[in-house]
Amino acid sequence: MKRLVSLAALAAAITVAGCSKKAEPEQLPPPPATVETAAPRPTPTPTGPVPGSNADFMAQMQGRSVIFFDTDKFDIDADDQAALRAQAQWLQRYPAKRATIEGHCDERGTREYNIALGERRANAAKNYLVSLGVDASRINTVSYGKERPVALGSNEAAWAQNRRAATITID
Amino acid sequence: MKQYVALIALILAPVAVHAQEGAGALSVPATNAPDDDEGGLSGSVTDDSAWQDLGIAIPAFATNANVSTAANTEGTAALGRELARVITADLRNNGLFRPVGPDSLPRPEYPEITSPKWSNWQARSAEMLVQGYVRANDDGRLTVGCYLYDVKLQNELVREGWVVPPSDWRRAAHKCADLVYSRLSGESPFFDSKIAYIAETGPKDRRIKRLAIMDSDGANHRFITNGQATALTPRYSPDYKQIVYLSYLNGNPSIYIYDIGTGKQRLVARNNNPTFAPRWSPDGKWILYSMAVGGNTDIYRVSVQGGQSERLTDSPGIDVGGSYSPDGSKIVFESDRSGSQQIYVMNADGTNQRRISFFGGRAATPEWSPRGDQIAFTHIVGNFRIAVMTPDGKNVRHLTDSWQDEAPTWAPNGRIVQFFRNARNSGEASLWQVDLTGRNERRLPTPVGASDPAWGPVLP
Repeated sequence: MKRLVSLAALAAAITVAGCSKKAEPEQLPPPPATVETAAPRPTPTPTGPVPGSNADFMAQMQGRSVIFFDTDKFDIDADDQAALRAQAQWLQRYPAKRATIEGHCDERGTREYNIALGERRANAAKNYLVSLGVDASRINTVSYGKERPVALGSNEAAWAQNRRAATITID
Repeated sequence: MKQYVALIALILAPVAVHAQEGAGALSVPATNAPDDDEGGLSGSVTDDSAWQDLGIAIPAFATNANVSTAANTEGTAALGRELARVITADLRNNGLFRPVGPDSLPRPEYPEITSPKWSNWQARSAEMLVQGYVRANDDGRLTVGCYLYDVKLQNELVREGWVVPPSDWRRAAHKCADLVYSRLSGESPFFDSKIAYIAETGPKDRRIKRLAIMDSDGANHRFITNGQATALTPRYSPDYKQIVYLSYLNGNPSIYIYDIGTGKQRLVARNNNPTFAPRWSPDGKWILYSMAVGGNTDIYRVSVQGGQSERLTDSPGIDVGGSYSPDGSKIVFESDRSGSQQIYVMNADGTNQRRISFFGGRAATPEWSPRGDQIAFTHIVGNFRIAVMTPDGKNVRHLTDSWQDEAPTWAPNGRIVQFFRNARNSGEASLWQVDLTGRNERRLPTPVGASDPAWGPVLP
């Protein structure tokens, strides 16, 4: 029981930390079709995501498959670290699975610079996963610069959602 | 009859010139551009308003005999009107003159082309007169003659003739517009050139980006890629035979050289790292590109033939893009090694790297003017604005003031800057041109959304 309580406290702490994050998006970006964030199921059923599939990864991550960055930055802060730890745990559970990390930027940067910046972000996420023990050869990176926004507005809230590194596992 | 003889002599002259060139080749008029090594160009921003009042009459081109051709099935008479329309649009759209086109002018007869009815044009307050003719040759090609007259002085200022295949009739019109423009402004020609760009369709989050090309006035539009893979940042080779661009064809950004003649393309640098921001050297022998290795982007160059790439920058920051000085000796590029995007210059071998932008904000996408006297760039201070500066980083002037203008490219004569503009929220992209005074700004019509324009040199 005590463990449960402390776990709840930890979860609360993480939540609070999440809320206080610098430029945390007010709401999660509308997920692309292939990156479906399935609602967590109380009990896995045969119709649920196949364990080890990308759908399973997305369901387990509950939004932590994507990390977010400040304007023109690529550093991994505490919230990003927590998300990447969760990703690393999943990847270690399924050692045969490979992943691609997509680096993205908001529209308020020039096109070519943003390709370089997105690559930087994807690599920052990759390097952190590697530091947690994930084999580097299992992770590809690709930068889409500002070419693939998920939030379509031209405002700070939308830009905050678009400055991201999104991990997708390869089925 | 005597008049006719003179005209035939005139027609024969350009034909004689062209007989030595390959079939279908367009003549290259002797360059009468001012020597632009130095001097005259440092103060190259002339006040164009002086030209605004210059009335130029451009009546329909005459023809010796109305013949249906591949250029215009209605015949050379109708084609003559189209030629004058294209010339009028060229001269009008760039804000330097106020031409009056063929639709509101009387049409001169064939013999009048070499001896204008001065009273006709004086009565219309025309100061300048552009007359010409088009003639279908027995070999299927067209001869187009172009004459510029000063109406007040009643004398001829310049004339030129070209023999073109029917498919190139618009080039003859652009050549005529270039002739008039150069003679009246003292600037180098630029209308007879092409633009490569990225055609954009679809919603902002699923936008399809295709490589496309068109003439400098938007005509002869053609899609090169089908949109299955995102294409970005094209650049015409100096000889117009190839286009280097970025494609996501194999998932990761990679640079390809597309051959316009064969329709085939090849990878420039074969490796697993993303490559982007490709540029030609002015002699067409080198490709400059950026490559990210482990998240760190540097600038490299490689021979167009392939082979080993040479790394030119090694800062831990993002070094990206680049544009050669016209003589090929220097490269202006962008780097955030200081903490934010700024503009640097280095020698073409990578030595002597030094920052030149010290005026606040971020500075990106530098492009060296073909004349060497200016560098155009994107100045980011809140909004994105197109600006120019001298190569020492001084004399910054903003040419545009919009929400997001990006990626300037120069007209071949260094007088006009083209760029793309994104609309807020929708992200819709469009191509725009502005002259160096910043006063004459206009949208270039494209069939769909458009970004990443790259203006090639005057056609060979």
